[in-house]
Amino acid sequence: MERPIRVLIAKPGLDGHDRGAKVLARAMRDAGMEVIYTGLRQTPEQIVEAALDEDVDVIGLSCLSGAHNHLFPRVTELLREKNATDILVIGGGIIPDEDIPGLKEAGISAVFTPGTPTSVAIDFVKENVKK
Amino acid sequence: MTSRGLDSNLTSAAAGAGWAERVVHGDRRALARVISFLENEDLQGVDTLKLLYPRTGRAHVIGLTGPPGAGKSSLADKLISELRHGGKTVGVIAVDPTSPFSGGAILGDRVRMQGWTGDSGVYIRSMGTRGSLGGLARAAHGAIQLLDAAGFDYVLVETVGVGQSEVDIVRVADTVVVVAVPGLGDDIQASKAGIMEIGDIFAVNKADLPGSKRVITEIEMMLDLGMHPYWRPPVVPTVAATGQGVADLVKAIQDHYAVLSTADRLRQHRLEREKEAVLLRLGERLRREILQAWSADRLSELWAALAAKEIDPYSLEDKLYHRWKGA
Ligand SMILES: Nc1nc2c(ncn2[C@@H]2O[C@H](COP(=O)(O)OP(=O)(O)OP(=O)(O)O)[C@@H](O)[C@H]2O)c(=O)[nH]1
Ligand SMILES: [Mg+2]
Repeated sequence: MERPIRVLIAKPGLDGHDRGAKVLARAMRDAGMEVIYTGLRQTPEQIVEAALDEDVDVIGLSCLSGAHNHLFPRVTELLREKNATDILVIGGGIIPDEDIPGLKEAGISAVFTPGTPTSVAIDFVKENVKK
Repeated sequence: MTSRGLDSNLTSAAAGAGWAERVVHGDRRALARVISFLENEDLQGVDTLKLLYPRTGRAHVIGLTGPPGAGKSSLADKLISELRHGGKTVGVIAVDPTSPFSGGAILGDRVRMQGWTGDSGVYIRSMGTRGSLGGLARAAHGAIQLLDAAGFDYVLVETVGVGQSEVDIVRVADTVVVVAVPGLGDDIQASKAGIMEIGDIFAVNKADLPGSKRVITEIEMMLDLGMHPYWRPPVVPTVAATGQGVADLVKAIQDHYAVLSTADRLRQHRLEREKEAVLLRLGERLRREILQAWSADRLSELWAALAAKEIDPYSLEDKLYHRWKGA
C-alpha cells in the first residue's frame, strides 16, 4: 500500500471560524490523506512544532482575519530555521489577489481563495508533495 | 534473496543505528521520522527498534479507551498536566480510525492538547489505524517502544473504543483506563463485550453532567460481579473540562502500577504481550509470503471463483498454502 500523504491543517490568527478548514480536511481524508487537525488560534511556532512532531508532508494554513501577510511567512521562516523546507506549505482563506505574489515569494507554494474547489488543492498537493 | 535486497537491508541496518543514536539523544525529529518508518513499514523503523529494545521497559504505558466523544483527549491533556507537575515526561499516541473507503483519516485529538508546544517533556503523535484489524494502529506497538526507549516516563495511548480496539489496547498497555460517560445508553455501554474485563480503572468523565452517579453505580455493580484476583478496579469520577478528579485518576493509575510491579506481574504481563506481538507479526509475515506466490491477477481470479462458488473457501486455503509450501 502506498503511504498516505500526511497534512497538518492549522488556523493561525484570532478569527474563530474553521468551516472552510474542516471542509478541506474532510475532502483530503476522502482523497486518502491523513489530516491532522489542530484547531483554532494557533501561533506559527505551535504550528511548526506540531508539524515536525507529526512528521507531516504538508501544512495547510487557513486565515480569515487578514493577518496572513504576517502569519504565513512566519511559518515558512520557522521551517527554514528548522531545516524543514521539504514540507509543502499551502494557504487559504480570505486573501486579496494582490497579496498572493508576496506570499509565494515567502515560500507559500499555493494560495487558494474562497470558491476554489477542494479538488484543486488536493491535486496540487498530490503533484507537489516531496515524497 | 537477491544481492540488491541484501544490500538495502544492510543499508537499512546502518541507517537504523544512526536513527537509534539520535533518538536516544533526545532528537525529536528523529523520533518523529522513525515513527513514520514504522507506520510505513519502512525497514529502518524495525532496524532502529532492534537496537533500542534493550532500553525499553522503563515507561509506564497507559491506555485510554472509551466511546467517541467521551473526553479521552481532554482527559489525556489533564493527565499530561498532572504528570508534568510531578516532574514526569509524557509521550502520547492518539489513534483515530482510518476510513476503509479512502485510506485517509482525520486525526483530531491534538485539538484538545494544544498547550504543550515548547515543552520538550511532552511529545504528541496522531496515528490512523491504517489497515490494522483492531482499532489500534499496527505501528502503535513499535511507537510505544520507541517513546519508552527515548526516555519518556509515561506513554499515553488513546484509542476509540468501538468493536475490537478496546481489547487491542490490552496488548500494549500496562494500565487500561476505560473512559465512560453519562447519557450514552449506559447499560449497553457497560455490558458491551470486553469492556468490563479490560478496564483496570474506570474514569466516569463528564461527571458535571446529570446521570453520572447512575453510571458510577452501574459500573460498581458490574465490577462486584467480576473476579479481581489482586486488583479491584476503582471507579473515578472526572471532569476533564476543569481537571476535577484528575489527581485521583493519576493516584489510581500509580496505585495500579505499584500493584502490578509486585509479585513479578508486570514482567509477566509484558512478556505475554511481546510474545503475542511476535506471533502476530510472524503470522502476518507468513500470510504476506504465501500470497506473494500469486500474481495479483491470478489472485483476483481465485477470489472471483470463490464468489461464484466454483471453489469452497477451505479448498482455496489449501491451494494457497500448498503452492507456497511446495515452492
Ligand atoms: N461537560 C463536559 N464536557 C466534556 C468533558 N470532557 C470533555 N468534554 C467535551 O466533550 C467533547 C469531546 O471531548 P474529547 O476530549 O475530544 O473526546 P474524545 O473521547 O477524545 O473524542 P474522540 O477522540 O473524537 O473519540 C468536547 O466538546 C469536550 O469539551 C467534561 O468533563 N464535561
Ligand atoms: Mg480524542
